[in-house]
Formats: sequence, structure tokens, C-alpha cells
Amino acid sequence: MSIGSIPLRYKVTIDPDQCMLCGRCVENCSYGVYRMEGDKIRISSRNCVACHRCTAFCPRDAIGIHEKPTDYRSHPVWTREIRENVFNQAKTGKIILAGMGNALPYPMIFDRLVLDACQVTNPSIDPLREPMELRTYLGKKPASLTLRESNEGDVELMTKLTPNLQIETPIMVGHMSYGAISLPAQQALARAVSRLGTFMGTGEGGLHESLYPYQKNIIVQVASGRFGVDINYLERGAAIEIKIGQGAKPGIGGHLPGEKICADVACTRMIPEGSDAISPAPHHDIYSIEDLKQLVRSLKEATEWKKPVFVKIAAVHNVAAIAAGIARSSADAVVIDGFRGGTGAAPIVFRDHVGIPIEAAIASVDAKLRSQGIRNEVSIIASGGIRHSADVAKIICLGADAVYIGTAALVAMGCRVCGTCNRGVCAWGIATQKPELTKRLDPETNAVQVENLIHGWTLELAELMGAAGINSIESLRGNRDRLRGYMLDEGLLNVLDVKTVGT
Amino acid sequence: MCGIIGVIDRRRKLMDGGKIRDSLAMMDERGSGEGAGYVAYGIYPDYKDYFALHIFFDNIREHKSAIDTLLEKWGTIIHDEQIRTYPQPNLRKVHTPWRYFFRPDRSLMPKSTTPDEDIITHLVMKVNSEKNGALIFSSGKNLGVFKAAGWPEDVANFYRIEDYQGYLWLAHNRYPTNTSGWWGGAHPFNLLNWSVVHNGEITSYGTNRRYIESYGYKCTMYTDTEVVAYLVDLLVRKHGLSEKMAVRALAPPFWDEIDRMPAKEQELNRAIRLAYGSAMMNGPFAICVANENSLVGFTDRIKLRPLVSAEHGDRLFISSEEAAIRRIDPDIENVTMPKAGEPVIGRVIP
Ligand code: SF4
Ligand code: SF4
Repeated sequence: MSIGSIPLRYKVTIDPDQCMLCGRCVENCSYGVYRMEGDKIRISSRNCVACHRCTAFCPRDAIGIHEKPTDYRSHPVWTREIRENVFNQAKTGKIILAGMGNALPYPMIFDRLVLDACQVTNPSIDPLREPMELRTYLGKKPASLTLRESNEGDVELMTKLTPNLQIETPIMVGHMSYGAISLPAQQALARAVSRLGTFMGTGEGGLHESLYPYQKNIIVQVASGRFGVDINYLERGAAIEIKIGQGAKPGIGGHLPGEKICADVACTRMIPEGSDAISPAPHHDIYSIEDLKQLVRSLKEATEWKKPVFVKIAAVHNVAAIAAGIARSSADAVVIDGFRGGTGAAPIVFRDHVGIPIEAAIASVDAKLRSQGIRNEVSIIASGGIRHSADVAKIICLGADAVYIGTAALVAMGCRVCGTCNRGVCAWGIATQKPELTKRLDPETNAVQVENLIHGWTLELAELMGAAGINSIESLRGNRDRLRGYMLDEGLLNVLDVKTVGT
Repeated sequence: MCGIIGVIDRRRKLMDGGKIRDSLAMMDERGSGEGAGYVAYGIYPDYKDYFALHIFFDNIREHKSAIDTLLEKWGTIIHDEQIRTYPQPNLRKVHTPWRYFFRPDRSLMPKSTTPDEDIITHLVMKVNSEKNGALIFSSGKNLGVFKAAGWPEDVANFYRIEDYQGYLWLAHNRYPTNTSGWWGGAHPFNLLNWSVVHNGEITSYGTNRRYIESYGYKCTMYTDTEVVAYLVDLLVRKHGLSEKMAVRALAPPFWDEIDRMPAKEQELNRAIRLAYGSAMMNGPFAICVANENSLVGFTDRIKLRPLVSAEHGDRLFISSEEAAIRRIDPDIENVTMPKAGEPVIGRVIP
């Protein structure tokens, strides 16, 4: 007896009184939900992924999408998702893949941390009237300066500084490769970051020619597949990032299926068209921390020590010690990607079960680097699950210098977090390479949306700092006194080095 | 609120504490009668080569012997005695203040380039973090802190501050917000030859504390002011910056201003902000910092607390209020209000 069909995930309905049969839903849905049959729209609800492309473009608000129209017998252990994964694997015998980030309902530490504000004893600062400094420098900083001061009051700086990236807001756009996302999506992000004075990452898909005009705001990535890496690529980047791991799938590599490798992606990645792009789990020249040091230094040597080199790792249990090793490798910044980080495709078992939350990871990395007196050796960039400006403020209080956002930037371009990026038919033209879909994005319009988002967050961050009586982001960084834990357990309060509310 | 005052005589002419008391009492409006204190430099000429440790004991019988043993382990006690106090009706004597003149044994810190200072710092951090009924609140040479919970005049009379003669004074009238009524929480704060008085609140305290603690300092006094003493000690004594450059690091210019500076200056100021970002102090404050050779006053970067300076002859005065300065010396000249983040520096003539 076969398992038969699994209950519908979404039930799509059209209100016939509202529908004007314009056919826009048919045109827009790339998952094949709608079909025009005579003077009727036929619906295959089973195909729906709730990406909302149809509802966004239906002129009559005629479409309804309802999640889980059929109930399972409820059971606290054997949840619907678990049963469905079993059905799926019983049928296919395969590893189950999914897109976006961790989907299990773990408690959010961010939502149990609250920020501080001034009352009476010290004045809050109004960012509209007083200067408010969000400028951040990413890279190595000297632990102390040697100054030669003459009797006439001339001061000469004897310490030589290494290159740093200057960002005008601590919010950057993380690495999403051409291949994982479309070219117009990357172009929109590139325009946005260059106007905001911040940076974006290329991901491991190389740097497309059309992004060259924005290269001074682009961080180029070197990952285990080494796609698209040559000296031209390295030299164009404002900084170079070595990707060791990713929060959504720590410890495993990546696989971009051949059907997504169109001519242009192939060319940018420097691989044959239609071949699978496989990134091995480890870098085959990095089997220990000394090997990493060699790679960092080789990349610096190749670019004449003019560019900062970042190293990105997934937040795993031992993240603090690993980061301390990286800080000693000549790297200029360490990027920590939390277990809520998004991805184009990851095995569900990794996405949902491997790694630790970014809040705890940043707190322990910052504490470890300080206890070893090497905090100035590297900047800390937090990524994975940053949802709004309060998360940015909180993670900076815990010790991060800056953040990468990924999902939030995609949502600003239309993404509805439907979680089916791995299928390659994103109706929003983001996680797809199909020309008829990617042309749905307009780099300029979408750039404005992303710019608006980061600008809005930046304003909010300035207000939060002003309310806390702080006019420069350096004084927020690592300032855990300005956080309190609300309903966090004692162990976690200790890890975060945060007091409970009311104290 | 709080009121602060600092005076230095550049030729080391001594001033007794009586006028300082009167001047501080002028600012009672800024205090709440829960804490006041004084530090005077040059008061122990007979013992000027030894570290003068002032210690609050909760109970002499119970807590003193442990300190004696500890000090003897790390060096030699040259002399020790109770600090004389005189009962005041409005001041409850909850501690017994004691002074030791102490010579550390350098051979116990063989690797250090400043073994004496490192031993003293270690002892201060150790005793104060252990909280065993003893608190070292003054640890420099030829100087001493006198403080308690009470109004400035009562605290001064309790120690008979007019009996002490110093060429450099700091004093503080407290309106506590975080640790009320605790003697250890009163200003000045002192470490080695550094003393600090402070009006305001440091909103960057958490950042500063984590920074300074990674260099082995321990913040144990539940107040944001002690961190200033440690930061100045780190920047000036350990990193070798001048007082002026240390203040630049603690209250640096804004990026806007830096971007408009000539290239060389830009490079210097950027380097200071990059290297010492975690030492930068935020929030509303006016601070006077002193060591045996200098007095430095400065405010936060947008001057949210008042600070006035004035001169007369060899004397430089810094205070929250001009009226307080005039109480010491009615004939002052060059009364100025320093700009935000700009230090006023007075040095003894070598
Ligand atoms: S888009 Fe809306 S109005 Fe148009 S055919 Fe579809 S349901 Fe009807
Ligand atoms: S990028 Fe597209 S496919 Fe991926 S979650 Fe967003 S809307 Fe869905």
C-alpha cells in the first residue's frame, strides 16, 4: 500500500465574486498553481508554496491562501512536520533539502534581552540635534599607539595602521552568490550598499562584470570550491572573505545543481555550463589552523597587504576558541554565522539541528578575545537571524562590531520567506536564474527598497543609542551593562554576562 | 549633580585644606550630604619614598591582621597608624581609616618594568575584590585621600582637613545615584598616584569596564568613576601617552571634525579612535584627574556637565562653579569655560 498523498500545506481559493479573470495570477505563479480554463481559473493548491506572488499582484484581492487546511491528529511529539518528513523519506530514501534558515521554534534569545534608556540622572541625546556617530572601522587595530610628542606640541604617530574598511552604518549585506540569487538581485544590493556607504558580499559565485562599478563596496569571497577566484577578482574586492562554514549548514559543503548553472553563472564561476557546482565540506588546503594562516597570508601577499581578509565560520559549540585561533592567523575580522542564518539549500537535519544561536556565540567570542587580550586583533561581524534594528543594537552590546543581513535584505526585495529557494523557480525573481523570472526584479527599484530598509534601521539605531545617552557606536560595543535579560536562565545570563531585569 | 574642584600650585607651594573645604561647601546645592572627599598631594614629606596606603577597616580586630600579613608578604611596612578622626554629630563612623607607609619588594615581580607599581596595583585589586572587611582607597606616594559619607564640611572636620598641607588638591561633593551612603563610593578615587573626581554618569561604563578588565584591572567599587583612574593609568603609565593625548583618547573629536583636519592630524586622530575606541567615555561628565605632576580637567564630547577654569599666579583652579573657585581666591584671572572634550592642563614647574 503506498503512502498516498500528504495533506495539503496550503489551500488556495479565489472569490468568484471578486475575480475579474485578468489572468495575472496565472502569469505570476511560477509553481503552476493556476490554469485558465475557459472562463474559470483552475487551482492546484498542492503546488502552492505561499510565496504570495499572486496575492501581491491580484488587482481584486480575490485570492485567499490558508495554511494547513487539513488537521492531523495532534500530537506533541509526532508533529505534523516530523510525520511529513518521514513520509517524504520513506518515498525517496534521500536527504531532505530546504531553503531559508532554521525553522524549529527554539526560544529567541534576542527577544529575551531588553535595551536601556536614560531618565533624569543623565540626559538622553537627540540624534536630530546632536551628532550621533555610527561610523565603524572593520579590521585590525593596534592595541596601543606609540606617539612622539615634541615640546612644541607636535605629535607624530609612530604606529603603522593596517587597512580597515570604513562603514557608515554597522549594517552590511551578507554573502549571497550569483547562482544562489539572481544577477538583478545582486545588482540591486550593490547599488544599495554603495549609496549607503556600506558593503555587500559576493558569496562564492565570483564577481559578475556588471558589478565592477560597485566593487569598492564589495567583499569578495573565497570558499572551498574557489569558484570565480583569480587575481582580478581578488584585486577588485574591497576586502576578501574566506568562508569556512555557514550557520545554516555547519560542517558541510554546498551544491548548486547544474540546471542553475546557466552560461552567465558558469562564466562568472569559471566552470563549464550545466555542470554541478560542488563546494567541498572543508577547504582541501585547510586541515588545521596553521593552514588557515597560510591562506590568509597568501591572499594578503597576492594583494600586496592592501586589503583586509575576513574569515567566516559557523557558530558551533567551540566557536570562541576557534575565533581566538583565527584572531592569531593575521585575519582582520571574524564573521560568525549563527544557526538561524539563511541559505539557498541545506539538508533540513543540519539547518534545524546543528550550531548555536548568534547571541551566545558573539558573547562568548568577545569574552574569549578580551580575556586573551586580542580583541583589537580582529573585528567581529555577526550574521544569521538579524531581523530588525533592535537585534543590531543588542548584538553590538554583546560585542559585535557590525552585522551582515541576508534574509531581511531579500524580504525588502519582495521575498516572502516561503523557503523553497532550493527549487530555483522563485516567483520573485530572487532565488532563480530563469530569465523570465529574474526580469521581474528591477535593480533600481529594488535597490531603493533595500536602501530604505537599511536607512530606516540606521535611524532607529541612532535613536536607541541617543536614548541610552551614547553618541558613538564604540561606546555601545560590548556594553552589556545596557542590556538586561528577561526570563533567561542563570546559565545563559552568565554566558551573555548580562544581568536580569530589575537589577 | 555633584560638585568638583581641583587646584594645583605650579611651584608646589602648599595650601592647607581649610579653604578647599569652604569652597566645596559652597556647592552643597550640588550634593546630598551622602558623600564627600578630598585628596591632597605633598602631605607626607617625611615618608615621600613610600607608598601611602589608606585603608578602611570594617573592624580592626577582625580584619587588620590579614592585611598586615599580606603586606609583609609583598614588602615592608615602614610605619602604620590610625588616621586621626574627630567625631562629628552628623557623621556616623562606620569604618576605621588606617594608613600604612609601605615599600614593596621588587624582586617579587621580576619580569615587570614597573615592579613597585605593579605590586601595589595587584594588592589594591586583590584586597578590594575580596571584600574582606578592608578597602584600599588611596595608594600613591606622598598623597592621601580622605573621604566618607556626609556633607563636605562634616567630612573635612572629621579628618581635620585643615591640618594637611598639599600643593595639589581635588575635592568632591556627592549626589549619589548608584551607591548611596557607602564610604568606598565617595570620590576621589585613587590608584597609585592617579586620583579622579567626577561629576556625571558614564554611559559607556560597560564597554570601558570590559576593556580595562582585559588588562588585569578589576572594577570593584560599584561606580563608574574608578574606571577613569584605571584608564588614565593604562594610557599614561603603561602606554606612555601624554595627559593631553590620553584625554584625546577618552573624549576624542567627532568624525566630522576629523574628516576636515589636515592629512597628518587626520591620521593621528583616526588612529587614536581606532586603537582606543573601547576606552572612549560617553555620557555626561566633567572630570578632574591628577597625578603628582599635573592636574587635568575635561568634559564629555558635547559638554553636558559644567566645568570652569581660572588662574592666579602659579595656581590653576578647575571647578563645576566659578563661585566655588572665588571662595578660595577672590582675585582669580582668566576665568574660562573649556570647550567640550578639550583638556585644561596644569603642570608643576620642574
Ligand atoms: S489575479 Fe485575481 S482577479 Fe486576476 S484572475 Fe487571478 S484571482 Fe482573478
Ligand atoms: S527567495 Fe524566493 S524562493 Fe526563496 S524564500 Fe524568498 S520568495 Fe521564496
